[in-house]
Amino acid sequence: MIRQHLLVAAWVLAVTLTTSAQEVDLGVRVIASKLRCPVCQNESVADSQSELSAQMRTLIRDKLAAGETEDQIVRYFVSRYGEWILLEPPRQGVLWFVWLAPAAALLGGAVLVIAYLRRSIRPHPHLTP
Amino acid sequence: MADSQTVTPRRPLPWVWIGMAAVVIPLLLVLAFGLRRDPRALPSPLVGRMAPAFSLQLFSGGRLTLGELRGRLVVLNFWASWCVPACTDEAPVLQAIWEQYRTKGVTVVGVNIQDHEAPARTFIQRFGLTFPAGMDPRGVIAIDYGVYGVPETYLIDQSGRTVYKYAGAVSVDLLAPVMAPLLETR
Amino acid sequence: MIALLGTGSLLLALACAVGGLGVLVVGHSRKDPRGLIWGYRAAISILTFVTLAVVDMETALVGFDFSVRYVAANINRVTPLLFRIAGLWGALEGSILLWVWILSSLTVLVAHRYRSRHPGFLPYVLGVLFAIATFFLGLIAGPANPFTRLAVTPPDGVGLNPLLQNHLLMAIHPPLLYLGYVGFSVPYAFAMGTLLSGQHREEWTSITRRWTLVAWTALTAGLFLGARWSYDVLGWGGYWAWDPVENAAVMPWLVATAFIHSSMVQARRQLLRGWNLALIILVFLLTIFGTFLTRSGVIASVHSFTQSLIGPLFIAFLCVATLVSLGALFWRRKQTPDEGGFDSLLSRESMMLMNNLILVTMAFTVFLGTIFPLVVEVATGAKVTVGPPFFDRVVGPLGVLLLLAVGSGTALRWGRSGRDDLRKLGALAAGAVAITGALAASGVRSPTALTALGAAVFVALAQVTEYVRGALAHRAATGEGLLASVAALFSINPQRYYGYLTHLGLVVAVAGIVASQSGRIEVQNHLTVGETMQVGAYTLRLESLEALVGADRIIVAAPLTIGILNGTAQAGTARSSGDVDILRPSENFFRQSRTPVATPAVRSTWRDDLYVTLLAFDPKEQSAVVRVVISPMVSWLWAGGAIMVGAGVLASWPTRRR
Repeated sequence: MIRQHLLVAAWVLAVTLTTSAQEVDLGVRVIASKLRCPVCQNESVADSQSELSAQMRTLIRDKLAAGETEDQIVRYFVSRYGEWILLEPPRQGVLWFVWLAPAAALLGGAVLVIAYLRRSIRPHPHLTP
Repeated sequence: MADSQTVTPRRPLPWVWIGMAAVVIPLLLVLAFGLRRDPRALPSPLVGRMAPAFSLQLFSGGRLTLGELRGRLVVLNFWASWCVPACTDEAPVLQAIWEQYRTKGVTVVGVNIQDHEAPARTFIQRFGLTFPAGMDPRGVIAIDYGVYGVPETYLIDQSGRTVYKYAGAVSVDLLAPVMAPLLETR
Repeated sequence: MIALLGTGSLLLALACAVGGLGVLVVGHSRKDPRGLIWGYRAAISILTFVTLAVVDMETALVGFDFSVRYVAANINRVTPLLFRIAGLWGALEGSILLWVWILSSLTVLVAHRYRSRHPGFLPYVLGVLFAIATFFLGLIAGPANPFTRLAVTPPDGVGLNPLLQNHLLMAIHPPLLYLGYVGFSVPYAFAMGTLLSGQHREEWTSITRRWTLVAWTALTAGLFLGARWSYDVLGWGGYWAWDPVENAAVMPWLVATAFIHSSMVQARRQLLRGWNLALIILVFLLTIFGTFLTRSGVIASVHSFTQSLIGPLFIAFLCVATLVSLGALFWRRKQTPDEGGFDSLLSRESMMLMNNLILVTMAFTVFLGTIFPLVVEVATGAKVTVGPPFFDRVVGPLGVLLLLAVGSGTALRWGRSGRDDLRKLGALAAGAVAITGALAASGVRSPTALTALGAAVFVALAQVTEYVRGALAHRAATGEGLLASVAALFSINPQRYYGYLTHLGLVVAVAGIVASQSGRIEVQNHLTVGETMQVGAYTLRLESLEALVGADRIIVAAPLTIGILNGTAQAGTARSSGDVDILRPSENFFRQSRTPVATPAVRSTWRDDLYVTLLAFDPKEQSAVVRVVISPMVSWLWAGGAIMVGAGVLASWPTRRR
């Protein structure tokens, strides 16, 4: 029984030393939610449970404590991981296509459908428009 | 109801076929390309720039800094004991490279990340690794190098510039051609 | 021994698939009925050998045979039995084995059921199924062999990813999802059979439709279960993130939904035949593409485990399948002209065509968003992210349009709509607007939420109207009571009335989605033991920090007493009031993993979910950091999904032959 407790205590201690219990900082959270967790799919560093994200949060906290600004910290991560690390990339240029394409597809499709229906509609004396 | 008007929905058809082909074929090509390019040879923003300095606490005691290795070609490898099979596959390779190229001006450095000390030491013993290796418990070195996971290997040339990054288990066939031109200049 | 047996079985299965294909081709070209008989035997042989391989792998998994690489990579000595069994689909090689097993089972089912009734047509269908099986069997007999052995048997395995071991659903969701995925191979085979044989009979169309419905139901179940698993386990309080893996499953689902509707148009009016063939081909190609996406690592994170021959093989298969299918479609394009035409723009069939348009556009949007980062990277080398905001903002409005089409389609009649129908449509619209106004008055502010809810209400009113109309007519004809009449409707015209039920399920789910997104509250706070925090109408007090040792993990839990505020604040005086619960969010420290896995604690009511995650704790300080999320009406999402799946199951239930 005692051994179990000791084991638990040792475990918890060992892990706590590496668990980043310092996520309290709102500042850390703000910055971390702008960064994409490099080893997850579509999760932010703030939300992710991966160890890398935890280490990144710790690093952000240390940098904040050392006086770096949010902008500097974000740029640091970009300089190490590339623009991809940003969850919402700043450069909107190429992405315009992604936003326009579905609308274009819908409109184009609608044109085709209506053209098809018109061609196919049987003439009838009481045709309801 | 045999109207001549009934139905030639066939007429838009050639355009539909052309449209489909125009979309499908390039897409398949893109996907095929997507596989040909090796996502593990990452376009890291660090490649081409001076490698970030680090200070590594070694398992054998003492510290190793990047500055001390100026003048040698550095194979910087990030690994973990739990990373099976990739790290276990490449460990003997790294040891072989160390043994073969040590006298030719190459240093292999192993950085253990996201791991515990005991299993890491066991791993080193198991594969008989003799090149300098140490732990990065808080991940600062790993993040400094933009490491995503394990294993990842960087090549840093003699002037301290990062020249190559590879994600995944390395092999001699992979590294030798990259290292050769850098060693010839010496 | 086990590995040898497994690989041997797979090779034999592969041989039977190739042989079966050959036999069918030869038998058919010589008009020899024995071709089909041998083909049937080949199907049974394939199933036998694949089942042997599955049993073999399960034996290795359950028996901790770590000499097999797949076993060593996916389980360890403390993995519970259920997850050892479920380890079969824990990683790539095993899940392809599962795929092949389901495919071969369905092949035997198809062969058995239809061989006496359609002997001339079945060889084409079986041939296509064998061809698909050949690819997947080739994959696992070769580069993706689950039975590869390790040179040195490790004393213990690595174990399942802890996220996978945390929840029962991980044992259920993948097989269901695969049943849906693989299930679409059957209607595809029938469609290709129609094209390759050059024959067409309406009967085969109805068979195709029925199989599609079954696969669709399974895929719907798989999708909802996946979302539920995500919600229960991942700890961020959401259920859908537009991941490539999720998108891979939703694309075929959208197109299959389109097919189910337009095939009704074909059944009724003999229209849209070519379109339907194209749709079902697209569904199949999307399932292959989806498997490729999630298994080849081309889009996902850098360190996915399948950087090998597998990706290129998938691409090759995808290319061949696309070219052959489109080629066949083109070759037989004159074969299936429409008979007759549409009657008017305002008719049920036109609305179904509209819903097809919207669904296909939605699938296209998801496809585009998923593949765009890859395209950009190939073209420019730059890496971009297309994240949830894109999908939400485009698919959302399309969803609203879809709801409008569904409601209108339900309200309108087949054929031409008269003035009465238009009046009904107007009344439904007016009703929806009125109810939306009431919602707005009662506190719902967001215009997007109101629009979406209004559309959903419109659909609901339309379905209910149809039930009432049908029941009234039935009651007038037979004299039965109103409720009995409603029940009778399902037997009289199951397709229609289960269809309406599915729409109702959709409405419930949409209500859940809209409410949980627009009314979501999220707060993160640091609490010491004894401290209370308030979020929304709830109070949470941290009672203590507990540690428990399990077989394969250590659990640290933070029990929180929940109080509900109702006018008079009751912070702190918990236990005596009656409205109280205790939630235990925890962190699980698995032996083989460095990172803890958080298990959230959820309190679900029909009104909202109180969702608490333990983010960090400090045993010295006796404090914890918790994230609290309140999501209104999330339970409606699961209920809606259950209704849709239930309706689908009941609608697909084999009926007595007419």
